[in-house]
Amino acid sequence: MIEQPEPLHGVLARRDSIVAGLRRLLPESGVIAEPLRLKPYETDGLSAYRQTPMAVVLPETTEQVAAIMAFCSSGGVRVVPRGAGTSLSGGALPMEDAVVLGLMRMNRILDIDYADRCAVVQAGVTNIGITQAVSARQFFYAPDPSSQLACMIGGNVNMNSGGAHCLRYGVTANNLLGLKIVTVDGQIVDIGGAHLDAAGLDWLGLLTGSEGQLAIVTEVTVRILRSPEGARAMLAAFKSNEIAGACVDSIISSGIIPVALEFMDRPAIHACEAFAHAGYPLDAEAMLIIEVEGSVAEQDDLLGRISAICARHDPISLKVAESAEQSAAIWKGRKGAFGAVGRISPDYLCMDGTIPTSQLPAVLRRIGEMSASYGLQVANIFHAGDGNLHPLIMFDANDPSSFHKAEAFGADILKLCVEVGGCLTGEHGVGVEKRDLMGVQFTEIELDQQRRLKSAFDPGWLLNANKVFPLTAALRAA
Amino acid sequence: MIPTDEAGIVAAIQHAAGPLAIQGHGSKLAMLRPVQAAATLSTAGLTGVTLYSPNELVISARAGTTIAELRTVVAKNGQHLIAEPPELGALLGSDQPGTIGGAVATNLSGPRRVAWGAMRDHVMGLRAVNGRGEILRAGGRVLKNVTGLDVCKLLSGSHGTLAVITEVTLKVLPAPERRATLVLKGQHPAEAVAALSAALGSPYAVSGAAWLPGNLAALVPSLGGLGGNVTLARLEDFAPSVAYRSERLRAELAEFGAVEMLDDAASAALWTDIGNVSPLVHAPGAIWKISVRPSQGAGIVDAMQAIGATCMLDWGGGLVWVSGPATAAAHHAVEAATSAAGGVWTVMRAPDPWRSAVAVIPPGPPAMAAIGARVKAAFDPRGILNPGRMVAGA
Repeated sequence: MIEQPEPLHGVLARRDSIVAGLRRLLPESGVIAEPLRLKPYETDGLSAYRQTPMAVVLPETTEQVAAIMAFCSSGGVRVVPRGAGTSLSGGALPMEDAVVLGLMRMNRILDIDYADRCAVVQAGVTNIGITQAVSARQFFYAPDPSSQLACMIGGNVNMNSGGAHCLRYGVTANNLLGLKIVTVDGQIVDIGGAHLDAAGLDWLGLLTGSEGQLAIVTEVTVRILRSPEGARAMLAAFKSNEIAGACVDSIISSGIIPVALEFMDRPAIHACEAFAHAGYPLDAEAMLIIEVEGSVAEQDDLLGRISAICARHDPISLKVAESAEQSAAIWKGRKGAFGAVGRISPDYLCMDGTIPTSQLPAVLRRIGEMSASYGLQVANIFHAGDGNLHPLIMFDANDPSSFHKAEAFGADILKLCVEVGGCLTGEHGVGVEKRDLMGVQFTEIELDQQRRLKSAFDPGWLLNANKVFPLTAALRAA
Repeated sequence: MIPTDEAGIVAAIQHAAGPLAIQGHGSKLAMLRPVQAAATLSTAGLTGVTLYSPNELVISARAGTTIAELRTVVAKNGQHLIAEPPELGALLGSDQPGTIGGAVATNLSGPRRVAWGAMRDHVMGLRAVNGRGEILRAGGRVLKNVTGLDVCKLLSGSHGTLAVITEVTLKVLPAPERRATLVLKGQHPAEAVAALSAALGSPYAVSGAAWLPGNLAALVPSLGGLGGNVTLARLEDFAPSVAYRSERLRAELAEFGAVEMLDDAASAALWTDIGNVSPLVHAPGAIWKISVRPSQGAGIVDAMQAIGATCMLDWGGGLVWVSGPATAAAHHAVEAATSAAGGVWTVMRAPDPWRSAVAVIPPGPPAMAAIGARVKAAFDPRGILNPGRMVAGA
């Protein structure tokens, strides 16, 4: 279990006056302090961890956010920003002594400019909401995390979210132009704008992925892109992870960068097939879903080249979609992977490390060995183009020892990712979940540098405390 | 000082008695403010590729490795540097080559930036030495990494004011098999930006979008004396795709005028010249770079013409290169026009006393000035790394 430090009792003792102060800043419905109504906010996508916050505030304007921050910082009250609460790393986990600042009521699209290919949206607009707002004109917002129906752009900015198409379109950081932020002491600041690149220091780049440690994001200016003429997928199944890995290498070295290149291992194939009946080959050890874009002729050309490459790697089967419907069928299993694993196991942990892609076969072998020694099943889904690995570790939450084993297994996988040249998290963030592993990837000098950077924005360490940085040293630097 | 390894950089910083001017070969010393420092610390002695894994799309090189060398290394595997970092030495009055450390420290990108991201977007990892003489690793060697605060992004474009970059790891991609350029002739800037906006808003993955006035177009050999203003849109991909997309795009742009085509070789030369701002190399006076939302680009050109300056446009109108008199009045005109358009300017070339006296970049919001000072102190508490490079007294 990841340690949750003692709350600040001095702050807890002032709870009533803090809530009263917040009520003076917001309309009646904007402050929640009744225990029963706080329930829905006590956890996020990492549901094994729960804490009831002191209060939840739901501002509707940037000015209200500024007033809340000025009030909280003057009183030394910690603040936990929250979008849709879909974080898989506990990024939005509340604390007993903290106010949760929910951005979900700031859900308006403020401006769409097709000529300049950008849109200004409030932090509580969902990821898919941006694409839906511009799809009639055949535009889209590129980053597409799995939680895109629910997750909000403010959270995407804070976690620098990715998705299945980042190999072609980049992650959140590569698709932003500007932010409106509120500093810890309640100042409203515009960062960037509708133009490309900063002239001074790249605050936009630093704030993206800062996990709520530096400021509150209230508005985001995103780039929107014209949709390709079309997209189509193919499926290739192989006799071993090694062969599938070699096939990925051959595709990349041929000069083709598919827009998506997804790898599933045998347990993942079986789980997804049982759930979605997508026609996945059950005799395969590994499977690739490969998607290309362009006109029908361009798709034919690229899928033809890729099929020829796959054919040289002794495939068990190759299936090229002939239509959008067949493409959707190929994706159906992969997109339902989390639900599928949920059906075979009462609970699972979704891990998120990145490895150099050449290490995949060796890493899967080691994960297999760990799976045997922990006695827990694991299914692996992998963004094969960019090296982002998602092992799904299955356990039983009703059995505390099973959960502890799953956490230890997960930590071992992440340490392995760092050992082979990768990192602890590719797109889910550090949050609470990987906080205590930061020392595996960074030296104390490097962590201290990051802590001083945090202190430059948030001298009192009031923003999303007890996350990202290991606890003891965080206190020292503060 | 030109140390030949990272330990030498550490020692130079630890033993520095006062401010250090940080540079590679110094190809871009003419930009921003001159640094007042008794000593110069160069990364030009840190050379060589340290890792290249083409199938993983990553390359690492020590900071002093030239862009030209890196380009050659990846080209042998049919790959390219995604952001197309320009060689600005000639424009900035230097005969020195650009280094990869310099390209990242200045976050300067070429024409492809409009479609494929900036230099900083492809920095997967860095090694650097901060002003305390400590070695920092940021990021790593994998394409997706959100572990901890993004120090890579902060150091990219920090112009050596926070830490000295000693090694860079970049994402690379396969180079296109074929290039082509569509050319519209005789357009005024506003018409050009409208056409480029249509091109960039098409599904054909336009990867370059520029406009040159006739007098500058005449200086570009690959344009073969087309004559008059030219509006340029580039396509890069596999040959069949480029053939197909050129025809479709030509049809979509027909409402803006007749479209001519440039072939692969001419396109390669043309976009190198646009990235390197070659048409303005021999222009006297000062050079500014202005970044605005694309639809504001034409208005900037008009405002600059009123003060006798010449402009060219890249990034679909979002990047304006301005060549004008090195006078305070001209600079104030740049500031006024850029501020009104909600953009940012950078002084790229100007006489020393002059660029010490003006705001070479916009001042930015007051709240960020205070945070910026604390960030500077967090990396360089003694204030010895390139002091005053971006802002006087910081």
